[in-house]
Amino acid sequence: MAAVAPLLETPLTERHRMSGARLIDFSGWQMPVQYTGIVEEHRSVRSAAGLFDLSHMGELWVSGPQAPEALAYALVTDPSRLAVGRAHYSMICAADGGIVDDLIVYRVAQDRFLVVPNAGNATTVASELDARFARFEVTLDDASRRTALIAVQGPLALEVLGPLTDADVASLKYYAMIPGVVARVEAWIARTGYTGEDGFELFLDWDAAASVWDRLLEAGQPSGLVPAGLGARDTLRLEAGMPLYGNDLDRDTDPFEAGLGRVVKLDKPGDFVGRKALEAIAASGPRKLLVGLVVIGRGIARHGYPVFQPAGHDPIGVVTSGTASPTLGQPIAMAYLPPASAEPGTMVEVGIRGGRVEARTATLPFYRRPSSTEKRPT
Amino acid sequence: MDVPEGLRYTEEHEWLRVEGDEAVVGITAYAAAELGDIVFVELPTVGTELSARQTFGVVESVKAVSDLYSPTTGAVTEVNEALSSRPELVNTDPYGEGWMLRIRVADTGDVERLRDAASYCELIGVA
Repeated sequence: MAAVAPLLETPLTERHRMSGARLIDFSGWQMPVQYTGIVEEHRSVRSAAGLFDLSHMGELWVSGPQAPEALAYALVTDPSRLAVGRAHYSMICAADGGIVDDLIVYRVAQDRFLVVPNAGNATTVASELDARFARFEVTLDDASRRTALIAVQGPLALEVLGPLTDADVASLKYYAMIPGVVARVEAWIARTGYTGEDGFELFLDWDAAASVWDRLLEAGQPSGLVPAGLGARDTLRLEAGMPLYGNDLDRDTDPFEAGLGRVVKLDKPGDFVGRKALEAIAASGPRKLLVGLVVIGRGIARHGYPVFQPAGHDPIGVVTSGTASPTLGQPIAMAYLPPASAEPGTMVEVGIRGGRVEARTATLPFYRRPSSTEKRPT
Repeated sequence: MDVPEGLRYTEEHEWLRVEGDEAVVGITAYAAAELGDIVFVELPTVGTELSARQTFGVVESVKAVSDLYSPTTGAVTEVNEALSSRPELVNTDPYGEGWMLRIRVADTGDVERLRDAASYCELIGVA
């Protein structure tokens, strides 16, 4: 029998446990899936604000005179074009164009970047970067286990965070980052998130996280701030049309299939890992496309369920994420379909427990916040 | 945790209430709380012949899908249609408005083999 590694804990796990949160194993971490209920937490984030413990995410610092070139070689984007203090969404791909992980890259100085991979991929990304950096003058520091990440997300996120920091967070732009002191603790404050709402992500010292968490919860109470778990994070990101690695993205999927072709900078100078394969895919077109699905019949389309043409015999695609949307009040999903069936408004059927349920392809995202005109920069 | 006296319980967390030669079936408050926000309930059609311990439907929360198991053998005489538009009734009133099925009990021995409230409390670890 294989030995089972004990689950990792964040500096806040004990607080979650004490507050009665339900904890689950997520990518080897013991994480809160819900505190009071997924739907209630989801609604709080859409209408007020939610506080998330994301300390399981990876934090990789890339520094050195060749850091911009090294990252441009390792990733599909061109971080050398980022202004200091700005961030973009990126991916690290294999030589065949398959997605190893999706990540956010922040430029904190001319020669210093913060790369944030998914929790389950942090080790893989660190070793991939290390290998890809071999011929560059650059150092990689994996700070994942000493960096906590707390997110404040929702329309009232600014109202909650503003009074607790000396940093000018009100004028901080979407996908920008500044250093600041939050509740007496030094932090990197980024205006990023994974919920489709305005919000901030705070990178801070592992041991200081608990005091900041407590202070935020207390100060945010009048605004309706509640702790929110990974369950709400998943329904929020799905409504916002944001893919989740392991569900909607994986090694067998390339960025063009995932609808993220605009992220891949084929026009950047120099070679990068995956360039040849990605150029070929860009020229020939993807074999499948990630689409939104709205389920019309009775049932919830879930990860792994097959998708058929109406009355078709063989599956034409597969559902990668699905839930009952708390905001829309109907079941939504993401699925990979052949390009010919991916046109929004196409009728399909989802195979649910041996039966067929009608669904219609839809444009992503399912939800866009009322005041939002900002698109995630890449 | 609410475990009413007078009902019978399965190890899969269904409850059963005998009413004459019929029985009303639902899931327990414990099960509803464990599942979280229930967003979908799939039930059989009236007339379906069920065997004890056979799956009769599913209940889905935001995150998970769970099978429902019939506590007894018999034919379905009524299903709770309200759950198709208001599945959350299973969370808010699991022993009342959140009921799922009425079954014509074919064998009262099935019912006697189920747990009583005290035994079910033991199963879920509440005093």
